[in-house]
Amino acid sequence: MSNREIRYRDALREAMSEEMRRDPSVLLMGEEVAEYNGAYKVSQGMLDEFGPKRIIDTPIAELGFAGIGVGMAMNGVRPIVEFMTWNFALLAIDQVVNASAKMLAMSGGAFGNPIVFRGPSGSAGQLGAQHSQTFENWYANVPGLKVISPSNPYDAKGLLKSAIRDNDPVVFMESEVMYGDPGIVPEEEYLIPIGLADIKREGSDVTLVSFNKMMKVALAAAEELAKDGISAEVIDLRTIRPLDIQTILRSVRKTNRVVVIDESWPYGGISAEIAYRIQREAFDYLDAPVRRVNGADTSMHYAPNLVAAYLPDPGKVIKVVKESLYLPS
Amino acid sequence: MAGTKTKAAADKTAQFDKQQYLDWFTLMLRIRRFEERAGMLYGQQKIRGFCHLFIGQEAIAAGAISATRHEDPYISAYRIHGLGIAKGITPNAAMAELYGKATGCTGGKGGSMHFFSKEHHFYGGHGIVGGQIPIGAGIGMAEQYKGTDNVCLTFFGDGAARQGALHETFNMAMLWKIPVVFLCENNGYAMGTSVERSSNVTEIYKLGLAYDMPSASVDAMNVESVHEAITEAVARARSGEGPTFLELRTYRYKGHSMSDPAKYRTKEELEEYKQRDPIVQVVDTIRKNNFATEAEIEAIEAQVKEEIDACVEFAENSPFPDDSELFGDIYVQTDYPFLTD
Ligand SMILES: Cc1ncc(C[n+]2csc(CCOP(=O)(O)OP(=O)(O)O)c2C)c(N)n1
Ligand SMILES: [Mg+2]
Repeated sequence: MSNREIRYRDALREAMSEEMRRDPSVLLMGEEVAEYNGAYKVSQGMLDEFGPKRIIDTPIAELGFAGIGVGMAMNGVRPIVEFMTWNFALLAIDQVVNASAKMLAMSGGAFGNPIVFRGPSGSAGQLGAQHSQTFENWYANVPGLKVISPSNPYDAKGLLKSAIRDNDPVVFMESEVMYGDPGIVPEEEYLIPIGLADIKREGSDVTLVSFNKMMKVALAAAEELAKDGISAEVIDLRTIRPLDIQTILRSVRKTNRVVVIDESWPYGGISAEIAYRIQREAFDYLDAPVRRVNGADTSMHYAPNLVAAYLPDPGKVIKVVKESLYLPS
Repeated sequence: MAGTKTKAAADKTAQFDKQQYLDWFTLMLRIRRFEERAGMLYGQQKIRGFCHLFIGQEAIAAGAISATRHEDPYISAYRIHGLGIAKGITPNAAMAELYGKATGCTGGKGGSMHFFSKEHHFYGGHGIVGGQIPIGAGIGMAEQYKGTDNVCLTFFGDGAARQGALHETFNMAMLWKIPVVFLCENNGYAMGTSVERSSNVTEIYKLGLAYDMPSASVDAMNVESVHEAITEAVARARSGEGPTFLELRTYRYKGHSMSDPAKYRTKEELEEYKQRDPIVQVVDTIRKNNFATEAEIEAIEAQVKEEIDACVEFAENSPFPDDSELFGDIYVQTDYPFLTD
């Protein structure tokens, strides 16, 4: 296998381009995806290769173009619908939840919805309350949808290819601040199955569970903890729905302690689902309550110190890990 | 009134009094210098996040202010510094907000995209394209409900005009004769997408005609035209006759935000608009009519420069909000039980 380093945005573009070469029914539509080469340059060069029939610039009309995507997916086309960010996809959530997710059920299996809704999720600096939100748990709540949120170029490419080939609607969440991140990706084609978590660091004292850019926080915390002689295992969920609970349970049976790190709001979050499943299936293995480090239970303010106060960081994770180990912090 | 209203840029006969022109000049210059400085400070990373400059569009803020009164509510999108300053947010409070300081117009909560000021009836800068269109109609409907004759000015971009929310709102605003003026700041582009690439209907004012809404397009590089069109629209709304839709034809000299190199348009196009610069037009009129001597014009320029220097110093020297403000302004309830774990 020949490896090379590419950026997260390049990995996404390779996934889309390879799948578009392979399957003529795949197309990409969204704001600024074609002539501007993508608001974040994910689709750079794709208009040149595939032309305006398959790389489609839309007006700013999220509800409309998401619905047009759903309709195409009912009728033999496999659209990739790019949202400039998931904040703006709130305008389209009606089509994603009320239509795409339910089409197969309502039609008694007659009409599926092979579509990928993708774009960046989460905060990206001082962007204020409307531009800094994470919604993995919202979509993960909806039967009919699959939800993916990768943390690095390798996972992003393999999972996006699987998402495009998947016959069910997939919500795919990226990160504005990770688009420039480099990572090793093989030249050869590969796919990563939807629904499998990945152990990014092995350890024995505590399990850290995270995904998307919070994986950086989890791994940085694990590195720091190692200096104190604490061995943290770090699990990257990669897919949020379906959740790979078996990988988490295997780890918990080994470490007996879990901390979930998630940028989204705590209430009804993914950590709550994970904690429920662990106490249901591995109650006797727990030596401490399952803990979590989330974004604050607030709208994100603009001032730099308030952004820092809002977001999970390694220091906050280390504090909670030490509490779960009953160590002084 | 359907149709295009333009005023020849060469027409420099004064139709308003001296003070009006001097006020327009001062305000537009204040906005432009503020924005130029904001752009510089962004380059120095004193200002973070997104930052959308209003340079080129100043006649819209100036013409709206002279055509409305203090109590008339305004609402707009994220390209908000100029309109906020026009409505009364001081350069100090504006610059401090860009710095994320506690002395900013929202105490460092909102930042560049979210200027608000209750005292100035300024209902904010909004970040979701088109989201403020129904909200503006709602603010107007509340004035109607309360029995005032205030009129809400609801601003949005040409890109926002393609959102479904516009159509739903136009319909209800006409149905209920809401006292609102819809103002589409057509600067030719939504990020990198020109008006021509976003719709077959490129004369955006025509969208209003589908709802029988009085609609017109206005040369918004010219402050007099903006003032006149808004004056007429506001009078209609005040007298209970409902909304008007004005397409304000303008241009943004800078990229969409600080990170946009604006390669999708030509230098010539930009130059063409700069020839019709709103500030230059007003200064010309002032000179031709001897409304001010060169020395007086220079004095205004010096005063504005001083204001802008002072606002930067004010922002620099202001404190950040206290860390406890993380939980501030999320609920009105003061003892709300936040999850902290
Ligand atoms: C619903 C939504 N979709 C997309 C965006 C991203 N976005 C921010 S500004 C913008 C362009 C808007 O252009 P226009 O309405 O013409 O206003 P202008 O920037 O020219 O003032 C886009 C696409 C957003 N903020 N909200
Ligand atoms: Mg525009």
